[in-house]
Amino acid sequence: MWDYSETVKDHFFNPRNAKALEDANAIGDVGSISCGDALRLTLKVNKHTDIIEDAGFQTFGCGSAIASSSALTELIIGKTITDAEKVSNQEIVDYLGGLPPEKMHCSVMGQEALEAAIANYRGIELKADDHEEGKLICRCFAVDEGKISRAVEKHSLSSIDDVINYTKAGGACTGCHEKIERVIDAVLAKKKAACSSSSNFVNYPVEAAAGSFASAVSLGDQLTQNVREIISNLRPYLQVDGGDVSLVQASEHLITVSLSGACTGCMMTDITMGWLQDQIAEKLGFPIPVVNQIPESHEPQELQELSHLAHP
Amino acid sequence: MKAIYLDNNATTKLDAMALEAMLPLFTEQFGNPSSIHSFADKVGAQLKIARRRVADLIGALHETEIIFTSCATESTTTAIYSALKVHPHRKEIITTVVEHPATLEVCEQLELEGYKIHWLKVDKRGRVDLNEYQKVLSDNVALVSVMWANNETGTLFPILEMAQLARQKGILFHTDAVQAAGKIPIEVQDSGIDMLSFSGHKLHAPKGIGALYVRRGIRYRPLLRGGHQERGRRAGTENCASIVAFGVAAEQAELHLETMNGRIKTLRDKLEKGILAQVEHAFVTGDPSNRTANTCNIAFEYVEGEAILMLLNQQGIAASSGSACTSGSLEPSHVMQAMSIPFTAAHGTIRFSLSRYTTEKEIDKVIDVIAAIIDKLRLLSPYWQNGKPVEMERFAPTFA
Repeated sequence: MWDYSETVKDHFFNPRNAKALEDANAIGDVGSISCGDALRLTLKVNKHTDIIEDAGFQTFGCGSAIASSSALTELIIGKTITDAEKVSNQEIVDYLGGLPPEKMHCSVMGQEALEAAIANYRGIELKADDHEEGKLICRCFAVDEGKISRAVEKHSLSSIDDVINYTKAGGACTGCHEKIERVIDAVLAKKKAACSSSSNFVNYPVEAAAGSFASAVSLGDQLTQNVREIISNLRPYLQVDGGDVSLVQASEHLITVSLSGACTGCMMTDITMGWLQDQIAEKLGFPIPVVNQIPESHEPQELQELSHLAHP
Repeated sequence: MKAIYLDNNATTKLDAMALEAMLPLFTEQFGNPSSIHSFADKVGAQLKIARRRVADLIGALHETEIIFTSCATESTTTAIYSALKVHPHRKEIITTVVEHPATLEVCEQLELEGYKIHWLKVDKRGRVDLNEYQKVLSDNVALVSVMWANNETGTLFPILEMAQLARQKGILFHTDAVQAAGKIPIEVQDSGIDMLSFSGHKLHAPKGIGALYVRRGIRYRPLLRGGHQERGRRAGTENCASIVAFGVAAEQAELHLETMNGRIKTLRDKLEKGILAQVEHAFVTGDPSNRTANTCNIAFEYVEGEAILMLLNQQGIAASSGSACTSGSLEPSHVMQAMSIPFTAAHGTIRFSLSRYTTEKEIDKVIDVIAAIIDKLRLLSPYWQNGKPVEMERFAPTFA
């Protein structure tokens, strides 16, 4: 069974404010019966002071959903709307003395019900979250395939850690990591296919780049460090097809990389380079031309060292 | 009052005789049965008896048809992969949508790897359509794997008939009999069943011991290779103490089959009738006319299963739920979804599973307390107002 704290158990067995307020002037509904969690939060807010004078909840859900709802009402009664707005799901968790990772979504539901109720009080209509796209992947934070897939695509995520940071998915019990990896792989495969069929290579004139951005980049070492990190995050995309890339040199005028493996002599080199340039520009926030250094048989010692650094 | 254990489909209490039989193997009888000395012989002789007893429970003619494994999940995995290895050109598997995850997850993985899985659907009572089944039987099918009894509802599948149909087409047939072994009479010898998986801990043996029946003469490839244990069919030193206990428990289970389908069935029916008489908006899921005698699964509408379990537990009653929350998932059990049980009920399904240790007094206590528990939770539920369910349209929130 779940490792519920004593406070969670107390709020489940003896829920506070379990009622529907008759004279509520703010109502927040979240959840859905299909997912087994639904919460209606009713608030009575003093129109003159904006203070939440009373709150009531009705919850269909498990022990921690009921406890989270109960805790939420206790946290917000007596607060002004402005202060209540600042209550986060973590505050609900802390109030309850912690929740099992798989149950974090219960606290998120509480916080979202509050958000919905406040919006309702202010007469704002909240846009419905377009949920339930594809299979549910992260069961702890209720994140589906659609959301993860969009985040991976939009932010070029390549690791589980990235996905956790952007979507929370995979951040609790870790049981879905294999599934997240599959989503990443699927998006990458799609992206690579798209990259190969478009040719959006933009050749930034070296002079223009130098003029606009020389002042923005003051620390050459910092830039090299950043570019190296970006490139190391991009490597898996090429490695999928047996290729690879390493950084040779980076300055505010020009980034020199070395394509290797299957990328060497590949007819798609220009497209790969265009994609690299776009990716690096997006991450840096400004464009720097990227060129490929054709490897020579007698590679200068200095370059070898640099390229070694790019493979930490 | 002593705690009431009605979760015997999850696991069971160890039989006292089984415990007594296994204890010496932890102390003086510690020998490895593969060794050539008297320490080994004592253990080896006991394993032989146990193997015979386990074979008898399912009506296997030869004791060498029994392979001991670590659990039924291992047995099932072994059976599926063995069938694929002996038929490398057959790229299809037939199974159902209500299997235990031990089968489901393996098949889903195989699907990703390119195998075609025929997922047989079930009707509202959890029954498969034999016509649909016959349509997908073909020379491309490497294996049919269907559970004998569903773990959540106890619904029994027509395994003997399905196995016979597979045999007529020359297709290997495996059944996951974890929830059937020890609850219904099983005679594999004259059936079309080629492989059968079951485990000890569902029938009062310890956890960590399972068995796979493999019919003599059918092709088989081991999952674990290595030593010659289990005649090379499952390498790894035997879990001797548990095998011995499994033997005793299997013998006891066979002796108690009559109790199971007599006294226990009567208690189960009493519990079911009692609950339904006490609680409105509740119904039995699965196929009431064709299920294991110890299992009853009741859907309580407009309340959530984990919350029910917590309140039952507070009263010293242990049961189980097909709700999303008990498994840390957000969807109700795949079995309830497959039977098209509405979400308002699927999240509130409670499984009571009895054993030969269940008493009438315990059943009476459950009937006594259940109504108050459901009432308490319905008072909290937004789907329930003034003693009855509210119109769904009035509360149709978006997902959190």
